Amino acid sequence: MLKRPLLIAGAALFMSSFAADACDISARVSIVGNEFPAIQTVGAGAQKCVGGEVAANLTADHQKINVAGMSGNPAEYTSAIIANSSIVALMNEDVIRPIDELVAKHGQGLKKNQLITINGKIMAVAFMANAQHLIYREDVLKKAGVQAPETYEEMLAAAQKIRAAGIMENPVGGAYKSGWNLAQEFNNMFLGFGGEHFKAGSSQPNVNSDAGIKALEMMKSLSEYMNPDFLTHDSNATNAEFRAGNVALMNMWGSRAATLLDADGISQDVKDGFNSAGPMTVGGGSIAASTLWWDGWTVAKNISDAEAESTFIAMMNGINPAILNDPEIAKQAVWLLDGYKPTDAARGVFAAAQMNTIPYPMLPYMGLMHSALGAELSDFMQGKETAEKALSDVEAAYRASATEKGFM
Amino acid sequence: MKHRTFFWFFLPTGLAMLLFIALPILSVLLQSVHTPHEAVLITSESCGPFGCSENTTIDHDATRKLKSTEPMGRFVGLNIYFDRAHLAVDQVSDAWRTTDNFSTFFGEISDLPFYRAMGFTLTYTFTVTPLLIILGLMIALSVNSLHRHLKGLVIFFSLLPMIVTPLIGSLILFWMFDSRGILGSFLQWLAQDPDLSLKASTLHTWIMLIIYGVWHGAPFAFVVFYAGLQTLPQDQIESAQIDGASRWEQVRFVVIPHLMPLVTFVALIQLMDNFRVFEPIVGFNAEAHATSLSWIIFNDLGGETRQLSAAATTSVMTILGVAILLSPVLLRAWRDFKEKK
Repeated sequence: MLKRPLLIAGAALFMSSFAADACDISARVSIVGNEFPAIQTVGAGAQKCVGGEVAANLTADHQKINVAGMSGNPAEYTSAIIANSSIVALMNEDVIRPIDELVAKHGQGLKKNQLITINGKIMAVAFMANAQHLIYREDVLKKAGVQAPETYEEMLAAAQKIRAAGIMENPVGGAYKSGWNLAQEFNNMFLGFGGEHFKAGSSQPNVNSDAGIKALEMMKSLSEYMNPDFLTHDSNATNAEFRAGNVALMNMWGSRAATLLDADGISQDVKDGFNSAGPMTVGGGSIAASTLWWDGWTVAKNISDAEAESTFIAMMNGINPAILNDPEIAKQAVWLLDGYKPTDAARGVFAAAQMNTIPYPMLPYMGLMHSALGAELSDFMQGKETAEKALSDVEAAYRASATEKGFM
Repeated sequence: MKHRTFFWFFLPTGLAMLLFIALPILSVLLQSVHTPHEAVLITSESCGPFGCSENTTIDHDATRKLKSTEPMGRFVGLNIYFDRAHLAVDQVSDAWRTTDNFSTFFGEISDLPFYRAMGFTLTYTFTVTPLLIILGLMIALSVNSLHRHLKGLVIFFSLLPMIVTPLIGSLILFWMFDSRGILGSFLQWLAQDPDLSLKASTLHTWIMLIIYGVWHGAPFAFVVFYAGLQTLPQDQIESAQIDGASRWEQVRFVVIPHLMPLVTFVALIQLMDNFRVFEPIVGFNAEAHATSLSWIIFNDLGGETRQLSAAATTSVMTILGVAILLSPVLLRAWRDFKEKK
């Protein structure tokens, strides 16, 4: 006789304990963002909220659609997950809102270094850090009798030994795909040589310099040890080469390194030999030839306050520190969340942060510089023109686009 | 037809054309002669996980004021058309003055984005279009002479390349031509060169793209020609046979003249299509070796900072390019029409 009430009471107890950390929202939430494991985790966490519809559009093409999707009134997307490079486009177009009040109201548990403050206003909440750093095959290096390289010069020497020993024909991997990836590799190397993209305090380009030429020459030397198709390889293709056992040394994103071995058909040699280290320096410099990144989320400007509040609550639920209890999730990224303990996979990014690596520049015109680099450097990499010519082409292309966008 | 009847008959089509063709073109034209306002920049402190730093940002209040007074942006006339990313007038005249022979001049010119794109686009258009017409005609003639039980099946399989989505089709070929792919490895074996990589050489990439273009476009030509062959006057063929014409002579003097209007039609459509070549460049990751006007538009819109004016300008130039390409064919059609009248 008592069975039924007991069951109901039990169910109610279960529900209420569940509701304690479930989140209630009252309005629509719609998220747009990149797709890699950590962001998928955040999106899934936000979608656990009840009371309003939570949609997530996570795609590698997010930055092609986020500005357009937030420009309308009301905006289609109430939140964009972005990085320090892509927040600039949203700031330039004025489509995200300051969230100081929401942080005060619902942001308990956020650490101060998670708050992205621009011009005195909180514009985004960061949840993970990222950087490119060395990934290597310990077994292959040992066979060739070399240590894990700490500089790009050592990387070249190691590659030479591996090739000479007949272990691998093209031991170096790199995301050198013409376009965004190639430009990013140049940025790394250029900053490592002490270069600055713009003349101090202005939007005048400054890449056609000694540092620029040295950076390109180093990239060219590295490419001699890469698969000849390197100009078509993005980070996915480079990872595939590593997984297939064709690559022993590469500069790879921390966010991808953690899950690099989570794929089918990887040989035991690759799994056992996998290791990571901090970013390398170049040309005797002390600054790592890499950039620091954060990923975070924003709240759209052109939406109702109720939607903004619901979005904030849902996104907070997505980065609830409780997600770190799952070891699979904990290793997905270098989380900036309270209670995060670095896993093995986080070693490279932590080393990057300790080496005073320069954060990727958050300048309104950096995106144009990045595009110009991506379009104009491939001729040099193919040996069709000199480094000086390539860099002067970059500056000319940048000037044309910066003039158009009103930055010059 | 009475003018009144014609008016009511044409009205729905006319409205649709106005809405979906004329207005967008007008909007693109307007965008191409305007650019965003001068950015009002301020320096402020920004903080994040890696500490604080002085940073340049856009002053939104000032920008909003500028925007509300002139919502279209700055009028710049044809400046964007003449800048380095498009016609590059200054760079071209510079190159003209500083080079002393044509090959260095063209070398300089082909380094500029617009001319580089045109170089590939025109080569692609003028090799792919004739090749696919010839191949389409050959397929149509052979299918037409097959036994009728076989025809349906063969037609279905010949149409497959056209049915496959261009992006998917090019990705499939891209992986097959990879140095570790089935065709790439076969070519390495054939050339006795283990380092042969089609994707690393501009010439090979162009050939790959052209082969893809012919593969993808030939079925369209085939279908049209095959339909044309069904209306072939049998008595003419028979009289040609009685006159002792060989198979080749029958094709040359009876079949091809009969199909000529269709050849013009296919050429027209394919010139237009090939001039807008885009998917294979993305699918083959070929942007280091080959670009096109459509690819430039995609790239301008896809960067972290969107360049709407640059993209609009390239769009207008694409429309002009198509118009110039089609003008001989259209002129001919117009003359034929006049003669018939």
